[in-house]
Amino acid sequence: MAEPSTPAAPTPGDPSVAGPPGSVTGVKEALGRVGYLADEPAALVAYLAQRLGKPVLVEGPAGVGKTELAKALSRATERQLIRLQCYEGLDEAKALYEWNYRKQLLRIQVESGGEGSDDAASWEAVHGDIFSEEFLLARPLLHAIAATKPVVLLIDEIDKTDQEFEAMLLEVLSDFQISIPELGVIEARSHPIVVLTSNNSRELTEALKRRCLYLWLDYPEVEREMEIVRLHAPEIDERLARRLVEVVHMVRQLDLKKPPSIAESIDWARALLLLGADDLDSAVFERTMSIIVKHRSDMDLVAERVGMKLGGAQLGAEAAG
Amino acid sequence: MSDLPPGLAARLVSFCEDLRSEGVAIGTSEILDAFEALDTVPWTQEDDFREALGATVAKSQEDRRVFELLFDRYFFRAAESEALGRGIGEERRYEGGERLDLDELRESIRQAIAQGRDGEMRDLARLAIAAFGRRGEGSGVIGVDVQRIRRSLGLQAQGRGAEGEEPALEREQINRFERHLRRELERALIERTEKLPPSRPLAELDRALPTSPAQDLAAVHRAVTQLKRRLATLGHEQRGRRRSAAVDVRRTMRASLETGGVPLRLKHRPKHPRRPEIYVLCDVSTSVTSASVFFLSVLHALHDSFRKLRSFVFIERISEVTDIFERERDFRTISERIGREGGVADVSGYTDYGRVWLEFLEQIVDDLGPRSTVIVLGDARTNGREPHAEVFARITERAGRTFWLNPEPRLYWNYGDSVMAAYERHCTAAFECWTTRHLEDFVNVVAGGTPLVDQA
Repeated sequence: MAEPSTPAAPTPGDPSVAGPPGSVTGVKEALGRVGYLADEPAALVAYLAQRLGKPVLVEGPAGVGKTELAKALSRATERQLIRLQCYEGLDEAKALYEWNYRKQLLRIQVESGGEGSDDAASWEAVHGDIFSEEFLLARPLLHAIAATKPVVLLIDEIDKTDQEFEAMLLEVLSDFQISIPELGVIEARSHPIVVLTSNNSRELTEALKRRCLYLWLDYPEVEREMEIVRLHAPEIDERLARRLVEVVHMVRQLDLKKPPSIAESIDWARALLLLGADDLDSAVFERTMSIIVKHRSDMDLVAERVGMKLGGAQLGAEAAG
Repeated sequence: MSDLPPGLAARLVSFCEDLRSEGVAIGTSEILDAFEALDTVPWTQEDDFREALGATVAKSQEDRRVFELLFDRYFFRAAESEALGRGIGEERRYEGGERLDLDELRESIRQAIAQGRDGEMRDLARLAIAAFGRRGEGSGVIGVDVQRIRRSLGLQAQGRGAEGEEPALEREQINRFERHLRRELERALIERTEKLPPSRPLAELDRALPTSPAQDLAAVHRAVTQLKRRLATLGHEQRGRRRSAAVDVRRTMRASLETGGVPLRLKHRPKHPRRPEIYVLCDVSTSVTSASVFFLSVLHALHDSFRKLRSFVFIERISEVTDIFERERDFRTISERIGREGGVADVSGYTDYGRVWLEFLEQIVDDLGPRSTVIVLGDARTNGREPHAEVFARITERAGRTFWLNPEPRLYWNYGDSVMAAYERHCTAAFECWTTRHLEDFVNVVAGGTPLVDQA
């Protein structure tokens, strides 16, 4: 890993792909053009990921745009996005590859139907045959490795899987290859950008972290979130946008089961636009609160703490969830 | 690597050494990555440099925090020692200190802090030091001086008496200004004494994540989420497959390939893992006051994660608080309500474990079964009363598993009126537990522990 990449290895940050120019600000602008406002650290790590060809591990609370970062990267670099959604019990048959046993069976039957089964040579032929690429079902990881054009591989919510699965990923992440016992080693034809996301619900293994660049994404500052909201809901009035984002920040301060995500601030902004609201008083807040708060108990808490603070005279009268 | 200025490589390695000595796990491969990454960013840009280094060597939020602290300290010291070596000093650094109006200064500092402009804060910190030094109050001890300056500037965080109509400042913002003050005072000290103070390891307090009840709660919640996952899938592998009747067609067919398409071996679908029923008993007496907040937060977190959970608090008698937890969200309200209406505010306030077992057994004896898990949070101090270990034994026999979390260090168990040994014998396992770290250990043991999988 230490020495500069050998000539045979695919070059990181393939120059032939129309992608962002070679600088941090370039990456930032490219991401901005496809609707993702990255902050400095995110842009830098995205840049490093392309230059060094290393996977990126993105951690942070739910709803801060971890998955979106990968999608934006794929749009910005015009690469295909291959997504592997992780869940408990995900195994290699679903993530790497699987033999298409139905087809294999069919093949065997065709063979035995055609001639007598006494022919040893034909057995050899079938045997070699049914373990060839024709009978291989590629799953996301193999897809990403075998793709002829470079892709962006998103391994989402890696913390949902178990440690065994992480261990299996190591080969893919560090050497960009997959060993299939019957076929041999499949090496990457192009160098994918790999993004792993984690909600930090469990500690990932050292071995996995060692192979990745690390990025911690947090909820954005008021200013940046305002930019994001206004990028996605351009018609919204600046004053209203600021008010909205400030309220969302206030809500995040509370100890909620599920704090509102950035996507939800955007949804809320769009909803306010639809309703034609020009100010965010407590009446409007009460009516539209369900867009950002999605738990019964959270709603009570938010209504009590935040609803009060918002001006707008008669709150108790007609509101109430 | 060749693009890096000479001397930087050695500095980086020694910086990584520092990080290692603070417990950040950095392997050689990470250092090499860092070099590779630094090659691709302009190393003269402090922010890029820091981020690139951070992304390659600090692989968790905690590590990142240590990294930030050390980065500041290390390169600050490096720069200062270089300056000392070459005899560079700042002349007339406190120019203008004499004609400063303290009120005006206070106002502009307030503004700079509120807007979070770093450069300005640094300049203002110098001015504040100058103005302050003029009044001859400097003690020479940096920590003391920082606090004195801060007080004389009237900087206070939100909540603690926002005077008049001045907008209150966030604590975090004030801390940033304090860091600038500290830095500037250090710089002045180094220049005065012409030597670097010895570098010390980070104080435990500094490196811990900023703690507030809410964040402790978050840590507890995380540990409990793990516990939930582990309990839910525990014994999955051992239990299913063989005994259950449903044949898994897909896996059977796959297996049949080895025998030329003849399904010789049947594969079964795995059985669903157990849905644990959990009973938590939590001691809230005075002897565990300090731990009971922690315990209640554990309970709180457990309630968020498990549906089949019944919780009890006890001192002298036992009282079920399941619905308080189900109705209330806010942790503070919960602890208040438990104190008020939990029905445990007893005459003596002394724990009576024996009686608690008797009552517990009576209340739930019909519900306890091999699928139940009983978790006791308590110090096993009976205040000299009858421990009724045999009743506890009956509870543990009926329940599938019993865990005991004791807020005292193992060393103190069985001293004085603690009868831990009498109970521990009957538990599946007992743990010391007063921090989230212990809680995580508990989770790990539960997860990996073969003896904990049901004996049936």
